[in-house]
Amino acid sequence: MRTRLMELAVGAFMVMGIIALILMALRVSGLSAADAGDKYTIKAYFENLGGLTERAKVSMSGVTIGRVSRIYLDTEDYVAVVEMEINQSMSSLTTDTSAAILTAGLLGEKYIGLTVGADDEYLEEGGVIEDTQSALVLEELIGQFLFNSAED
Amino acid sequence: MAALMDKILEPVHKLGLFGLVRLQVLGQAGVFLLASIPWGGPGSAGFKDLVKQIYSIGVRSLSIIIVAGFFVGMVLGLQGYTILSDFGSASALGTMVSLTLLRELGPVVTALLFAGRAGSALTAEIGLMKATEQISAMEMMGVDPLKRIITPRLWAGFIAMPILALLFSLVGIWGGAYVGINMLGVDEGAYWGNMQASVEFYNDVIKGLIKSLVFGLVVTWIAVYQGFDSIPTSEGISKATTQTVVLGSLAVLGLDFILTAIMLGSI
Repeated sequence: MRTRLMELAVGAFMVMGIIALILMALRVSGLSAADAGDKYTIKAYFENLGGLTERAKVSMSGVTIGRVSRIYLDTEDYVAVVEMEINQSMSSLTTDTSAAILTAGLLGEKYIGLTVGADDEYLEEGGVIEDTQSALVLEELIGQFLFNSAED
Repeated sequence: MAALMDKILEPVHKLGLFGLVRLQVLGQAGVFLLASIPWGGPGSAGFKDLVKQIYSIGVRSLSIIIVAGFFVGMVLGLQGYTILSDFGSASALGTMVSLTLLRELGPVVTALLFAGRAGSALTAEIGLMKATEQISAMEMMGVDPLKRIITPRLWAGFIAMPILALLFSLVGIWGGAYVGINMLGVDEGAYWGNMQASVEFYNDVIKGLIKSLVFGLVVTWIAVYQGFDSIPTSEGISKATTQTVVLGSLAVLGLDFILTAIMLGSI
């Protein structure tokens, strides 16, 4: 009888471990089935990334639809290239979609915000977003402001 | 002249001997670990032993782990709130509490508590087996004491530690939520939402688990080796038990730095 109780306790212990792992996955790390679905990659060229990092969010109207998968410098034109993985469920991005590097809050992380266009054709695997807007660099803004106020 | 040289060289000799003895102990412990790993897998008798050991190492450590986890989480919530609200970002409390627990405090504090609660008990148990000549008796009967005694305990530590660390972090996150949301008035949606946005399953949860697997193996290894190697007297056993807690805790803290450096990949 005692061994049986002990075995039951060990079994309950193991089950607790598994439940804890599931809770960690679903409740704490927000892992959801939609995350693991198919993805396709699109590219965008930016003049200045201003602190955008890999794995940053790609969102549209505030909803996350993908992540930045790779960042590198185009050595011919010297512009930054950002590759984004977009969830397959968002396959209807028009070719004239525009991308901007935005900041979450005043001091928050950088992310890419997409705004959909009005074209009839859709971006496909490897497609390029033409209309991009670089990150706002605070130093440049201040420089411009000082320059303008000196003119006045 | 020769006497003077001897006097100068004596501490060097001692230092060398000290190093050699330590190296030998490390080698013995390594061989001991290799000999205890069941390459052929545990038999049915081994499985029964394993369940018994998981019970005494894991299940009976549950109460201390859960209570400690809850309080650590509550303190993190309180301290984090005080710091974060200075910067007007109290909504990041959930992120802070969960990442601290998953990456660092969960595995480390669990391992330290484990060394004190289960490791010392293991050392004392095996030391007493040696003192009462149970181990010699097994050898006499042709039973390999390493496989019979040490293997199930090593496995039990290896299995129990990640579960305990996971429960520690989980209870801690809920403790932080209790203090943050119910007592300090952090927005519930912000607490959980920001946490889910920044905690990654592989990078945070799984890497924390890998840490606790390593700690589980190392602490149990130190505990069983200290017991097996102890001088079979009451004084020797007490010394070995102390050594287990001291060495186990130091090994955990040192390894934690190395593992963190590897996982963050910035060194």
